[in-house]
Amino acid sequence: MAQYAAPGQPDSVVTYRDRYDHFIGGEYVPPAQGGYFANPTPVTGEDFTEIARGTAEDVDRALDAAHGASRAWGRTSVAERANVLNRIADRMEANLEKLAVAETWDNGKAVRETLAADLPLAIDHFRYFAGAIRAQEGGISQIDEDLVAYHFHEPLGVVGQIIPWNFPILMAVWKLAPALAAGNAVVLKPAEQTPASIHVLMELIADLLPPGVVNVVNGFGVEAGKPLASSRRISKIAFTGETTTGRLIMQYASENIIPVTLELGGKSPNVFFADVAAQRDAFYDKALEGFTMFALNQGEVCTCPSRALIQDDIYDQFLGDAVERTKAVRQGNPLDTETMIGAQASNDQLEKILSYIDIGKQEGAKVLTGGGRADLGGELSGGYYVTPTVFEGDNKMRIFQEEIFGPVVAVTRFADYDDAMKTANDTLYGLGAGVWSRDGGVAYRAGRDIQAGRVWVNNYHAYPAHAAFGGYKQSGIGRENHRMMLDHYQQTKNLLVSYSQNAQGFF
Amino acid sequence: MTRVALTPEAADVLRRLRADHGDLMFHQSGGCCDGSAPMCYRFGEFRTGSSDVHLGDLEVDSFKVPIWMSLAQFELWSHTHLTIDVVPGRGSGFSLEAPLGVRFLVRSRLLSAMEL
Repeated sequence: MAQYAAPGQPDSVVTYRDRYDHFIGGEYVPPAQGGYFANPTPVTGEDFTEIARGTAEDVDRALDAAHGASRAWGRTSVAERANVLNRIADRMEANLEKLAVAETWDNGKAVRETLAADLPLAIDHFRYFAGAIRAQEGGISQIDEDLVAYHFHEPLGVVGQIIPWNFPILMAVWKLAPALAAGNAVVLKPAEQTPASIHVLMELIADLLPPGVVNVVNGFGVEAGKPLASSRRISKIAFTGETTTGRLIMQYASENIIPVTLELGGKSPNVFFADVAAQRDAFYDKALEGFTMFALNQGEVCTCPSRALIQDDIYDQFLGDAVERTKAVRQGNPLDTETMIGAQASNDQLEKILSYIDIGKQEGAKVLTGGGRADLGGELSGGYYVTPTVFEGDNKMRIFQEEIFGPVVAVTRFADYDDAMKTANDTLYGLGAGVWSRDGGVAYRAGRDIQAGRVWVNNYHAYPAHAAFGGYKQSGIGRENHRMMLDHYQQTKNLLVSYSQNAQGFF
Repeated sequence: MTRVALTPEAADVLRRLRADHGDLMFHQSGGCCDGSAPMCYRFGEFRTGSSDVHLGDLEVDSFKVPIWMSLAQFELWSHTHLTIDVVPGRGSGFSLEAPLGVRFLVRSRLLSAMEL
């Protein structure tokens, strides 16, 4: 067991500054209106830094910087851009602990996860897109003997990106890496709940990027996010969040006729077929872990497997084992490497989760374990902790239909394959799903029948850069990860070239 | 019947927001992150359409604040009564109250047989 010293302590691997301005044009720039807001750590609830409160003037300034940089950046060779991305990855890797502890302090998540998942995935993401952009090819279509269509990829120019608070660095990198690889300049707005860790990253990598290629404007959604999303000076807006803001962003984008990518969450079913329990072996243990994945990142994952569907034949046994597994999840100081579940990201998030636990109980769902706020004592008493909670109920209940974004799973049963698919698809969303079976045929068919953009088969919560991620139904538009993501940040230029000397024959 | 209500604390925040921004509206969100939270906008900022349901109006002093929700979501929520409350925090999204250091929150109860 090891516990990292809290940032601000003399022996901490990371020190936050007392204040962060906007990162614009390669330097730190104070907010035009001079406002700052305090940023608390969810670990203790205490403020640890203050952050520039951006407004439209700051967004404009960032857009000036981005437009100033985008043309030159878009014309660099792919080798040059790939080298920059690889250098960023190397720098992050050399500072992995520092970034991981910074992320834990800003977001509240367990350092075990930031060390093993958030940061390694972010690093790999830069490397993946460094490789992908170099391997990308345009196309040549020979239309006829004398007419050739050349297809080139061109950057969009300047893009806006609005980042969620659940994986502040990783989600920023999911958007930054493909956008930069494709040759765009970026104005990025972090979430106001987790505005700080990105600056630890920017300070580390600022010297690797030409000024203006990446600009970070902090602030509140209505004051900084809206001017960015509604700006006529962006060629695209990418957003991860919820449906109402997603619609509002589409509305703004429609005014400017620019593309959007939206990742708006889910209510992901995790389906356990009876043969999972055919033996008490390593696979059975893996399936139980798969159930418990609802607690990963405190449940603050858009693909949280927040509905568990268990087949009748094994229901009592499997659920009993799964509840025991859930009880074994270690909750504690997020800076302790043995801690498995840390703090919710904000007080309002904590309150929202508790309001859902309340309506779940009112609707008659049964609490099998957890069901409330956890007081971890000492300085952690002020933090935002929820005990991993297992509800048993019916798919029509609101806790089965709404994304709680906390460590709460709602469990129900199914009779057969068709019943499982009916319940799995009885949701407004279609982002993630899990299918667990020893029968490859069943697992394959279920994976195809579930209306979701990512179906994990016999695993869950893996996020390799080379696998496309995105939603069906109300979970959003577009994809993240995978080489195909480059297309989301590129225009297609077609040169249609005639090599004939003769008139076309119309006039 | 009324489907929506307001706590006195939330009413105070609405008074302040109205003084700063003029007429207001709510649209109840769903999905990731701040999903399932009510979003407060200047009236007309968010374009509602045929895919939305008007749940009712919150009355504060002499002004009203309409609440909307998507029809698909309403079909799943229609058996519950919603009270708009406010808690310390800052949410995300473009909701107007965030800069005040508070966040609107929905508290729910089941509608009784008589109410339905």
